[in-house]
Amino acid sequence: MRLSGYGRVDRTQSVPFRFDGRMLTGHPGDTLASALIANGVRLVGRSFKYHRPRGILTAGSEEPNALVEIGEGAGRVPNVRATVQEVHEGLVAHSQNRWPSLERDLLAVNDLAAPFLGAGFYYKTFMWPAAFWERVYEPAIRRAAGLGSFTREADPHRHEKAFASCDLLVIGAGAAGLMAALAAGEAGADVILAEEGAEPGGRLLAEAEEVGGRPAQDWAAATLARLGAMPNVRVMPRTAVTGAHDGGTYGALERVSEHLAHPAPECPRDCFWRIDARVAVLAAGALERPVAFPDNDRPGVMMASAVRAYLHRWGVVPGARIALFAAGDDARRTARDLAAAGVQIAAVIDPRADAPAPEGIDAPYFAGGQVVGTSGRQGLTAIRVRAGGRVRRIAADVLAMSGGWSPTVHLACHMGGRPVWDEALGAFLPPREGARGAVPGLIPAGAAAGVFDTAGCLASGLAAAGEALSRLGLRAPRIEVPEAEDDPGRSVPLFRVSGKGRAWLDFQNDVTVKDVELSAREGFVSVEHMKRYTTQGMAPDQGKTSNVVALAVLAEATGQTIPETGTTTFRPPYVPVPLGTIAAGAQGKGFAPERFTTSHDASAARGAPMIEAGLWYRPSYFPARGETTWREACAREVAMVREAVGVADVSTLGKIEFRGPDTGAFLDLVYTSRFSTLKPGRARYGIMLREDGHVMDDGTTARLSDDIWVMTTTTAAAGQVMAHLEMVQQCHAPGMATRFTSTTDGWAQFAVAGPRAPDLLAQVLDGGHDAGSFPFMACAAVTVAGVAGRLFRISFSGEHAYEIAVPARHGAALWRLLCAYAEGLGGGPYGMEALNVLRIEKGFPTHAELHGRTTAFDLGLQNMLSPRKDFIGKAAATRPGLLDPGRERLVGLRPVDKAGRLLAGAHLFKRGAKAIRVNDQGYLTSACHSPTLGHDIALGFVSAGPERMGERLSMVDHLRGVTTEVEICSPVFLDPDGARARS
Amino acid sequence: MPTLPPETLLAGRTARHGTAELSELPLVPLWWIAPFPGREAALSRALAAAHGVPFPAPGETVRSGDTEIRWAGRAQALLIGPAAADPGLAEHAAVTDVSDVYARLVLTGPDTACVLARLVPLDLRPARFPAGRTARTLLGHMTAQVTATPEGVELLVMRSFARTAFHEIETAMRGVAARPG
Repeated sequence: MRLSGYGRVDRTQSVPFRFDGRMLTGHPGDTLASALIANGVRLVGRSFKYHRPRGILTAGSEEPNALVEIGEGAGRVPNVRATVQEVHEGLVAHSQNRWPSLERDLLAVNDLAAPFLGAGFYYKTFMWPAAFWERVYEPAIRRAAGLGSFTREADPHRHEKAFASCDLLVIGAGAAGLMAALAAGEAGADVILAEEGAEPGGRLLAEAEEVGGRPAQDWAAATLARLGAMPNVRVMPRTAVTGAHDGGTYGALERVSEHLAHPAPECPRDCFWRIDARVAVLAAGALERPVAFPDNDRPGVMMASAVRAYLHRWGVVPGARIALFAAGDDARRTARDLAAAGVQIAAVIDPRADAPAPEGIDAPYFAGGQVVGTSGRQGLTAIRVRAGGRVRRIAADVLAMSGGWSPTVHLACHMGGRPVWDEALGAFLPPREGARGAVPGLIPAGAAAGVFDTAGCLASGLAAAGEALSRLGLRAPRIEVPEAEDDPGRSVPLFRVSGKGRAWLDFQNDVTVKDVELSAREGFVSVEHMKRYTTQGMAPDQGKTSNVVALAVLAEATGQTIPETGTTTFRPPYVPVPLGTIAAGAQGKGFAPERFTTSHDASAARGAPMIEAGLWYRPSYFPARGETTWREACAREVAMVREAVGVADVSTLGKIEFRGPDTGAFLDLVYTSRFSTLKPGRARYGIMLREDGHVMDDGTTARLSDDIWVMTTTTAAAGQVMAHLEMVQQCHAPGMATRFTSTTDGWAQFAVAGPRAPDLLAQVLDGGHDAGSFPFMACAAVTVAGVAGRLFRISFSGEHAYEIAVPARHGAALWRLLCAYAEGLGGGPYGMEALNVLRIEKGFPTHAELHGRTTAFDLGLQNMLSPRKDFIGKAAATRPGLLDPGRERLVGLRPVDKAGRLLAGAHLFKRGAKAIRVNDQGYLTSACHSPTLGHDIALGFVSAGPERMGERLSMVDHLRGVTTEVEICSPVFLDPDGARARS
Repeated sequence: MPTLPPETLLAGRTARHGTAELSELPLVPLWWIAPFPGREAALSRALAAAHGVPFPAPGETVRSGDTEIRWAGRAQALLIGPAAADPGLAEHAAVTDVSDVYARLVLTGPDTACVLARLVPLDLRPARFPAGRTARTLLGHMTAQVTATPEGVELLVMRSFARTAFHEIETAMRGVAARPG
């Protein structure tokens, strides 16, 4: 019901929304919860396990009951707290965990079975047969128990991540937070004021109080206006700080457009902030604790502070006859304010026998009384009050309760610090700064520090700002604390009321006092064990309203004190963060960067399918007219290279340029063979090892002139090699006069391969080309169609081949030119498939073979391990175990029957032996169909392989179900002497 | 006679969303300079004599006329502008032409810092990162060098990443521009 003269919503506008299909209206400024209350909706959800009817308990993000699904279709978001979601035109909300409807939920039968569904029931009940657990019991339990349901479609929302930096982060914009931000802002600090709610103000918006001689709401608005005028203060509403992390970094979830009816299409729904703050003030307030009395979970049983908040902030009251059950003077304001608003007070029940009757409230008063039961199936109709030795039934549709307040210490404990029990306050306080696990630079203030009166909160915020400013080296401004309510009232903590019936602690996970007592009886006496056995505190709300009450019950059950019992561990995030937000920016193209070569567009225009090589996109093959499979294109491209000339973009290979007089000596250290003897104008093939003696990478290094050295790495290992070289330089050779940098992206480099390669070069090189004077492994600076370029005579195909390089800006033009000339010579471009076939035919290794577990010896390259110099990995590579002839060593494999298929990844076994692990003889690393030879060929590693030439083995591919008889042969299938490359 | 006209992956693309504008800048001569051990001071003198700019301190840039030198990582700098680096520098340092290694982007407008806050983990508040400061950092999943200029922020990304960088920055620009209020 909406009350006139109360609340901050804009009543001049109506906002239509739907809840479970019903069209309702709210006003701008309403949360879904306040709008439902205004519409008289009490039942909003069903509980997790017992499907008990549940209503709204709180007015904040700690809400355990009122979880709804927002939106429809792929964009549906489950487990949204109705107390956080703002209403907007067209909002669609559905209740959760009920079937077929909220009012008639057939799964409520669980509630009848409650005696069998206590803590740990599934560990005890579903023991047999074992196989049934996964297939029958667990799915059934999961269907019956749960919260919102997940859509299986891709998340259509846009999410965002962002970074922010500030001098001071103020967490929470209540009385303390506003005051802290004001003082720090005036002092000139860069301030971020993060407020979880839609509107800064905190309890100032929720109470009938005065600050500085005017209504607290007005003071908050005026202060906010002052902050808004300061360029150094950034107020971030709808932003919940979720975690305190290392080095003054705080996580925060900003709800950017969830409250908008028509956000711009590209507007993110939310944003996950990483805020780097030099100092922070924790002004997160406190959470009011429920009381565990029998049947305390009915819709209509609410927190006393929430009832006041709904009255003052939203102008709604949840019922017509409201009773109050609280052990603190502050909660009496609920009765006072409601009575002033003309709402009937059914009763005031105070468990303190000596508490005086509330003044000015015309309602029965029960000092030393307790609520021992409730009735009303889908909403509260009456409470039962025990006082003076008798129990009375009192009609009431709302019971406002308060068991005391728990400071919101969560963030202060995110680094493992333990909160400190304050006996006088009956509450846990944040760990003192400097205590083990305390968050450095986080200064608690206001209610979060156990200060519960408004004047005290304002003063505490100012003091915290003063402390923060002194750490920042700034002078605190002279600011007077405005006059405000300075009496927090007396109170005693009230945790539970004993009596017949279930008393709920954790509303969200359906955990009762009995469950915790059972846990203690069964030996789970540690608070961490109790949590896991009962699931208390493990729901999305992480037990915000239940943790302290539950551990008080556990303390009683185990005969310990509350501080002896201790709390469970507080971990980030403070509020649930959607997975989509955590993954923000990683959807679609954001998943990984794309690296494009200069020839990319031309290759795509030819219809070449792209394959990913690391982050690079490389053409797989270039389909020609009439070709229907990649194998046809690949075979044509291989033949083209073997018989005419092919061109391929090899720019993705790593290029590292060296300068300096000690470059040769440095290369001697990183390569296994000697490079210091390399003459200008020549290139050399080399391998480099990791420190553990296994091969890291291979490639050529060319010495273009006396002082210009260019190393090439494989595409896959370019980054790894660069990091390795940096390590070697910084750790092993800091004194060497050599320096290197990656120029991979700076040069477009193309392979020109095949018997007609020299003819092609003659057409593009200024001054022509004479292959006779440019032998195998030569390199030189050349002029390519007027551009200064580089030429290398190296071959990855076994053919007479070159690599020609120009600065990347000229790459696209050179590629088009090379393709045109190649086609004129009966050739054309070739892709990765053909490139792979060409190198397998020649037995050249790639990272399929250099897979990190192979040594130079395994690859048959032990002759490249120079005995006359030291190099990285030498000592490790010459360990006996790495030179054992029985190791799996590189060989070629061919099918005995020419039609036999060879498959990479398949394993080898002796003929007739069972194809099981213990009989394993080796495995295939690369396999292809060789169009040149007309059958499949493969490279692989076989135990003592080179000593078993001609032996037949059985190749078994367990995954694809293929078995082929193979013969071990040389890994070089074609032109073993290398005559073609040298021709 | 064939020629090889220069091209970039972005072909000079620009984008404007909200108050931010992103453009690809034309290529300029970039020389990577890294002093040999013990030659730092001599290199700095030689640079000042030949190009009017000393070797920069970490995070700094120095400008003289059309020539700029920009710190570019541990004991590395980029000399920007001159068509040729003075040959005498090679006595003290590695000098390598990296003009084609990078794509150059510039982001301008009041939302510049706000847009980059979506991608760059550094504190880019103008007071902390005034014109002339430079840093090597992350741009989303990529590495980049960001430099504050009087006009905005210049970004150097490896050339092959140019399209992704443009796409990522433009996405951030759209998100910032689409925010309410």
